[in-house]
Amino acid sequence: MRTAVILLSLLAVAAVPGSVLPQRNVASDPQAVVRYFVQHPELAPWMDRLSLFNVYGSPWFAAIYLLLLVSMTGCVLPRCARLWRESRAAPPPAPRHLSREPEYASLTTAEPADQALETAAAALRRRRFRVRIVGDEVRAEKGYLRETGNLAFHLSLLVLLVGIAGGRLYGFEGRVAIAEGSSFTNVSAEYDEFFPSVWTDVEGLEPLSFTLDSFDAEFETDPAKLGEPRSFDARVSYESEEGSGTAQVKPNSPLDINETKFFLTGHGYAPEVTVRDGTGAVTFSGPVIFLPSDSNFTSDGVVKAPDAQPVGLGFQGLFLPTAATDGRGPVSAFPGPVDPQLVMTAFTGDLGMSDGTTQSVYTLDTTNLEPVLGEDGSPLRQPLAVGETMRLPDDQGSLTFDGVSRFANFQVAYDPGKEISLVAALLLLGGLTTSLVIRRRRLWVRVTDTAPAEGFVAVEVAMRSLTRRQLPAGDLEAVSLALRGPDTPNPSPSTQTHTQEPNR
Amino acid sequence: MTWDLLSDNLIYSAIAVYVLAMLAYAAETAARVNRGVEVTAEVTAEAPVAVGAGAPAAAPPSRVAPSSSTAGTPGARVGAVGSSLAVLGLLLNLAGVVTRGLAAERAPWGNMYEFAIVITMTAGATYLALLRRQPVRDLGAWIVGAIVLTLGLAVTVLYTPAGDLVPVLDSYWLVVHVAAAIISGGVFTVGALTTILFMVRQRHDARAARLGRTRGRYAAQLPTADTLSRVARGAHVFAFPIWTFAVIAGAIWAENSWGRYWGWDPKETWAFITWVCYAAYLHADATTGWRGSRASWFALAGYAAFVFNFFGVNMWIPGLHSYAGV
Ligand code: HEM
Repeated sequence: MRTAVILLSLLAVAAVPGSVLPQRNVASDPQAVVRYFVQHPELAPWMDRLSLFNVYGSPWFAAIYLLLLVSMTGCVLPRCARLWRESRAAPPPAPRHLSREPEYASLTTAEPADQALETAAAALRRRRFRVRIVGDEVRAEKGYLRETGNLAFHLSLLVLLVGIAGGRLYGFEGRVAIAEGSSFTNVSAEYDEFFPSVWTDVEGLEPLSFTLDSFDAEFETDPAKLGEPRSFDARVSYESEEGSGTAQVKPNSPLDINETKFFLTGHGYAPEVTVRDGTGAVTFSGPVIFLPSDSNFTSDGVVKAPDAQPVGLGFQGLFLPTAATDGRGPVSAFPGPVDPQLVMTAFTGDLGMSDGTTQSVYTLDTTNLEPVLGEDGSPLRQPLAVGETMRLPDDQGSLTFDGVSRFANFQVAYDPGKEISLVAALLLLGGLTTSLVIRRRRLWVRVTDTAPAEGFVAVEVAMRSLTRRQLPAGDLEAVSLALRGPDTPNPSPSTQTHTQEPNR
Repeated sequence: MTWDLLSDNLIYSAIAVYVLAMLAYAAETAARVNRGVEVTAEVTAEAPVAVGAGAPAAAPPSRVAPSSSTAGTPGARVGAVGSSLAVLGLLLNLAGVVTRGLAAERAPWGNMYEFAIVITMTAGATYLALLRRQPVRDLGAWIVGAIVLTLGLAVTVLYTPAGDLVPVLDSYWLVVHVAAAIISGGVFTVGALTTILFMVRQRHDARAARLGRTRGRYAAQLPTADTLSRVARGAHVFAFPIWTFAVIAGAIWAENSWGRYWGWDPKETWAFITWVCYAAYLHADATTGWRGSRASWFALAGYAAFVFNFFGVNMWIPGLHSYAGV
């Protein structure tokens, strides 16, 4: 047990740094580790070598819990064997001095000795003790379930490990942002981010596709909590091998298609724009996802029209659902689309999209681009309301802000070990509760004197707890009562009750 | 008056009544400490004699209140008044929680202010329930003191007007998970304070045995170390499965809203640390040689982790749970 205490303490201490330092595999802020490297250029690489940015996946963390599980198994299996033997053998013999037991009574009964033992045994069986009569004593024990619970609890930790491993080895996680009206097909290439495990069947993802038909969000308008989100609601129509249909996806209520689950975890705006090039032809049209940068959904985004003639066009700027300005420039004052505005700067030139390198759809590589300048010589930047158009000088093209749609972020998860973990958790909870609630105890009845008085037999009853909790009331009394009989006068009752806690 | 205003007023009244209860308890303790040194010193000195006198090795039942010899004294009467006031404070606290729920039209544990006013309720209820069966009135001043402190923080630093929840929190797993966390938190609070009193008493006893005389008049009139350790262990054993359930319910809820049941988010991590510390406590308490004050340190570490999770993680560590609203 000392080993368990030490290893458990180690485990607790080892879990701390991961909650204080930024972690690679923790969802909250993926950029945090990168920032930490920038802020601590000397220290960070060393810390990285010690896995301090991936504590819960680190070898030393694994070493602790694996050691713990190994030592636990080594401790528990022999106890399983012992419990098995104990539950089949007779309860152990009575100690010589029953009066030293924590609960004790001596009494006399009018029944003959073997009859008295039978009576006591019957009373104990009614109270669900395991009972044997051996010679002049009754041996009884109850509460084996306590040990069973304890073993179930400890072994459930191994089951839990299997469940966790299932997810870690075969599952995957992914993220994808989808604008209203757009569709998604479940192949790894369509994800914005895709994190497979070692043995994920990447080619064999669940065949399904869905379209985001609409997305609604509501925000608090009460000034005290202005702008707090109140409800999100995505409506999708999906097709899968199991059939097709429509579904409503909300926080805490994912779209679940044969164990692949789509959770709504975020949302934002996708302004609809039309870009015309110098020849007047439409080279881009549709919603463009802008990433929110604050809680009022001031959003950044880019629009790319690489095929525009005579020269490629790119736009970069802000979308503001409720336009306002503060000291530093335009910002949004409320997350809902009260007064939507698009504030874009235009660039011309080669967008670098034909040379085969992959580019983020959310940033514009401006190295080979020229900013379009306004009449005053500074970059042209024009706030647009819905329906307005920004025309570039010299007939280089235009951008029209057609309307506002939204996009939804989906976190996608497939974890085939989940059910196993759930079973383990239930086993853990049930076993733990059983082992803490049930009180295992032994009780003995012994005939000490067959003729203390004419027609009487003297009997001792004693009971001992095998756990550190107090004995429950009633067992000893029930046996005593059965022996005395309800209306037999008891010539010399003497009952002592100790409430001492036995040491095991 | 609107429900939320009524709720606020009830919480303020609860604080006032709890303060009075605390004063009454403190007065009782002061009275006992002042008159009781010789009396209690005698009792401790006598105990070994009684055992030596041939009674079975068992110590005499420690259920009897050590203060029973002083029952009926003015000090004890003040203490009884303290308990009545604590009950009244608890009822006001409960009413404040219920009206808060009516104001927000949901289970009233959706932000830190609400966690605070509910956890004081579960801590107070645990203490008063214990008091019916165990001689632990000495705990009263400390429990009620902790309650006053928490409620004070709640109405000043943590206060948020009643309102709706952000959508992720709108789940019945929230109700289940947080309710379990708060109940076990209340019981853990009682367990931790009892553990501290146990350690105080135990040190005092050890010193008395070594030096043959007692200093520390406060420690001398506490319930026996045996009683305190039994009460503390009982509280921890009761709360631990509930805490385990809270963690499991939290994992199920996380699976429901984020698609993974465990992600080592700081809140989850500290719940895990709390759990592991208490598991270490239970093991230490079952290890010969570690039982007693050495095991107690693990329980206190568990409680420290719990409190840090409640205050520290929400306020200082960014994570997915931080939207709980200070
Ligand atoms: C080195 C490995 C371990 C050993 C040798 C071990 C052994 C034991 C034993 C003998 C008990 C019975 C104590 C009693 O009846 O009071 C016990 C209880 C318990 N164990 Fe373990 N265990 C180990 C690992 C673990 C682990 C990894 C956990 C969970 C984190 C754990 C949690 C518990 C709990 C909660 C109890 C109940 C305590 C009680 O009944 O008072 N054990 N353990």
